Amino acid sequence: MSTDVDIAVIGAGPAGMTAASTAAEAGLSCVLLDEQAEPGGQIYRAIERLAARGERFAEILGEDYARGAAIAQRFRQSGAVCQAGVQVFDLDADGVLGLIADEGARWIRARRVIVAAGAQERPVPVPGWTLPGVMSLGSAQTLLKSAAMVSDVPTVIAGSGPLLYLAATQLIEAGARIEAVLDTMPRERYLAAAAGLPRALMAGGELRKGLAWKRRLKNSGVRYLSNADAIAIAGEGRVTGLRARVGHRDMDFACSLVLLHEGVVPNVQLAMVAGARHDHDGLQACWRPVLDPFGRTTVANILVAGDAGGIGGAELAAAEGELAACAAAYDLGCIGEREFERRTRVPQALVRRKKPLRRFLDTLFRPRDEVLVPPGDDTIVCRCEEVTAGELRRIAALGCTGPNQSKAFSRAGMGPCQGRMCALTISHLLAAAHDRDPAHTGHLRLRPPVKPVTVGQMAGAPDDA
Amino acid sequence: MFRRIVEAARGVSFEFEGETVRAVEGETVAAALLAHGVGHLRDSAVTGEPRQAFCLIGACFECLVEIDGRAGRQACMTVAREGMRVRRGGSACAERSR
Repeated sequence: MSTDVDIAVIGAGPAGMTAASTAAEAGLSCVLLDEQAEPGGQIYRAIERLAARGERFAEILGEDYARGAAIAQRFRQSGAVCQAGVQVFDLDADGVLGLIADEGARWIRARRVIVAAGAQERPVPVPGWTLPGVMSLGSAQTLLKSAAMVSDVPTVIAGSGPLLYLAATQLIEAGARIEAVLDTMPRERYLAAAAGLPRALMAGGELRKGLAWKRRLKNSGVRYLSNADAIAIAGEGRVTGLRARVGHRDMDFACSLVLLHEGVVPNVQLAMVAGARHDHDGLQACWRPVLDPFGRTTVANILVAGDAGGIGGAELAAAEGELAACAAAYDLGCIGEREFERRTRVPQALVRRKKPLRRFLDTLFRPRDEVLVPPGDDTIVCRCEEVTAGELRRIAALGCTGPNQSKAFSRAGMGPCQGRMCALTISHLLAAAHDRDPAHTGHLRLRPPVKPVTVGQMAGAPDDA
Repeated sequence: MFRRIVEAARGVSFEFEGETVRAVEGETVAAALLAHGVGHLRDSAVTGEPRQAFCLIGACFECLVEIDGRAGRQACMTVAREGMRVRRGGSACAERSR
C-alpha cells in the first residue's frame, strides 16, 4: 500500500484540531478524520454554528466553549484536510487506517498517526440504568450544544465531577426542567484533596471557575443535594422515578428523565488496537496509554494527544496536540532540533503548570467504589449482552480471573459497543472479586473492527495493497 | 422529552415507524426523535427490553435503528435527511430484513 499522507489525526476536538493545524503549518500533508458531521469534538461540539445561534445561546454555553471557535478557525486556515463523517474502524502499527464513510470502507496509510479520540463518560452501572428515560448528563449537554434542545419533562441529574456543575448549570439556564441535582461526591473527599489545594490554586483560574459554576448551580433555585449515593432508578418499560440515599435518609424523586454522570475516561480503542501499551491509572480508575512527554506511544508510528491519553481537559488537550504534532514533524525530519525546542517550550510549560490541578481534581472526584463495582447482583454491567454483576461474580467464583475469560463465559463485552460501556466495570469487578489490583486483572482485549462495518462495505473497498 | 430553544427556519421530514418526524437541518435522527417525544429506539438483543439512546456520542450503540432498509445504523451519528425511512432496531428489525 502506498503512503497517502504524512500525518493522519483522528478526532477533531481541541487536541486533534491543534495537532492538524500544527502539522499542516509545518508543511506536512495532513488529514483530520472525525466521525461527527462537523469539527469540534464533544467539548466544542457544533462550535462553527455558534455565531448563528444568537447571543443568549452563547452566554448559556459560556466563554470556555466559545474559545473553541479560534481553534476551529486556525484549523480551517491551516491547509489540513478535514474529513468529517468518517469512522475509523481499524488502526495498525504501520499507520494503516481502516475508514468507513457513506460510500463504503477504504484504507489509507499515514507516516504518523496522532490519535486524539478524546473521552467518553464513565459507565454508571446502577439499578435501572438501561430503562428508556436514562441518559448520560453529557448526552443532554450534547443535545444542547448540537441541537439547542433541553428536556421538557421532569428531570433528575445524579453524579459527580467538574462537568456536573458546568452541565447542570448550563441546562438549568437554558430552561431544562430540572427537578433536582444529586451530587454523589462524598463529603470526606474535601479532606483527602485538601493537601493538594494550594498548588492547584496556582495552576490557573480553573478552580475558581469551577467553584463559580457550583455557586451558580446552588443559587439557581433548583434543589441541590450533596452527599448522595445508592442511586437506583425505578420504572417499568420507562423511568418513573429515582431513589437515592442522601446523608442517611432514603429519598424518592418522581421523574421521567435521569441524567447520570461520574466523570469521563479516555477513549482507548484505537491506540489499544494498534498495539500501544496501556497501564491502569489508579487515581483516574481507567486505562491510559504509556506516553513520552510529547505523546509518543510504545508503537513507533502512533502518538496520542488530549483526553485519549488521560483526562486533562480542553486547554491541556490543545497543548498536547501541539506537542504531538511537533514530535511527529521532528521524527519525520520536517523540523530540526532547535525548531522543535522553540515550538514545544510554551505547550510544555502549560502541561507542567496544569498537573497539580489535575491531581487535585482526580483526588476530589475519584469514583466511589459502588460506581466502579456495582454492589447489587441484579445490576446490568454489559448493556449489549445483558450480563449482570451477579453473573460476573458467579463466573469469578468459578475461578475466572480476567475479562477475556469472562467474555468467553458470558459474552460480556462482545456486543456492538465492544466494551465501551462495560470494559472498565468488568475489570474492576473481577479485580475486586479476587482482591487484586485492576492493573493485574487487565483490560478486555480489543480487536478490529472497533466500529461495526458490513461485509458489503469491506468487499466494496478499493485497496491497492 | 426534549424541546428546541432556538428554532431554525429550514427543516426536513422523515418517517419513523410510519409517523412523520420533523428535524431541523443538520440535526441527527436521534435528536429529532427525542424532540418528537420518542425515546425507545431499539429492543435489546437478549430479552427484547426497550432501550433508549444513552450517550449520543456514538459509544453506547443503544440507538441502533434501521434506516432505508439497512439495519444497525447509529441514529445519533446519522444526520436526518428528507424522506428517510427509519424503523426501530433490535430483534424484530433483524427478522424483517431476513
